[in-house]
Amino acid sequence: MNYIWCAMIAVSIIVSFFNGTVNETLNAAFDGAKESVFTVLSFAGIMCFWTGIMKIAEKSGVSRKAERLLGPFVSFLFPGAGGKAKKYISMNMSANLLGMGNAATPMGIKAMECLDAENPIPARASDNMCMLVILNTTSIQLIPTTIIALRAACSSSEPFSVMLPIWISSFTAFFTAVFFAKLWFGRKNFRFGRDKL
Amino acid sequence: MKYVIPCLIIFIILAALKSKVSVYNTFISGARDGMKITADIFPPLVAVLTAVYMLRASGTLDLITSFLSPLTKLIPPEVMPLAIIRPLSGSGAIGVLTDILNSYGADSEIGRIASVITGSTETTFYCLCVYFAKTRAKNNLRAVPFAAVGDIVGIATAAAIIRFANF
Repeated sequence: MNYIWCAMIAVSIIVSFFNGTVNETLNAAFDGAKESVFTVLSFAGIMCFWTGIMKIAEKSGVSRKAERLLGPFVSFLFPGAGGKAKKYISMNMSANLLGMGNAATPMGIKAMECLDAENPIPARASDNMCMLVILNTTSIQLIPTTIIALRAACSSSEPFSVMLPIWISSFTAFFTAVFFAKLWFGRKNFRFGRDKL
Repeated sequence: MKYVIPCLIIFIILAALKSKVSVYNTFISGARDGMKITADIFPPLVAVLTAVYMLRASGTLDLITSFLSPLTKLIPPEVMPLAIIRPLSGSGAIGVLTDILNSYGADSEIGRIASVITGSTETTFYCLCVYFAKTRAKNNLRAVPFAAVGDIVGIATAAAIIRFANF
């Protein structure tokens, strides 16, 4: 991000010399800064509402129910993982589902440590470790709170209209990534007969 | 669709009352978390929005989109900057999305595609770094192709759904 940001600033100033848009570019910097305040102000209330609601959901045991429902699924995705690892993985997944990124990451890291301890070849990331990362890079969120709050802040008349498309496309992405990973890991196990180990 | 959210809220509140949660206080504490998230988002949002506005005003964004337009039969060139920054930085993506929603309209096709892309993909490279940071594994590139496939499929599906399925 360091280099990207520097490049964004530097390139736009250089291009502005060629295009003769130096004044506009400088003013745009201040406009951008001003705009971010408006956005954050209208964003804050909606965001807080949703984190509040999701906290209630978490406290009332929805996440525990989700963990139980996810159990068999986790066993399928992570063959040979220990009980503790599986528990952290389901907690990580249900936190991701509820959109609690802050809660999901520590759980995911704990799960990763468990999987790391079970890894027979420590220098190389095991199949299960890769699978956990893949799950987290394609995670599905029940209510995409940030997007909805942002759309409302940018005066959308129907901020929720993107919810179903988001579900469909994140599920497609998730399914494809998991499918290819399973296929690849499975193929190797088949060839070397490692699944018996 | 319009009944899903209200029903969900009622369901959550009833479930909370049933398991004797102090709903109001929990909401307050959750809202405090939301305030923290907002406060965390703000400084990077200033940085990214400033940079994106400069890119736009200087004409660089037009250069990039015209350069990429042959590639973008499916994905509109206006959302390409978002697709590029999304795997690298969450706050960067939020900044670029804010810019797109403000300049093209949140309910426009471009605005909706951008929203779905942001909602259905993740900060892949950040995730890879965070999750492998504490492990002993040195060779962790094995996960990258699958995560990348997920991102590409997510972005393509997002554009395809909004364009052709008329949501």
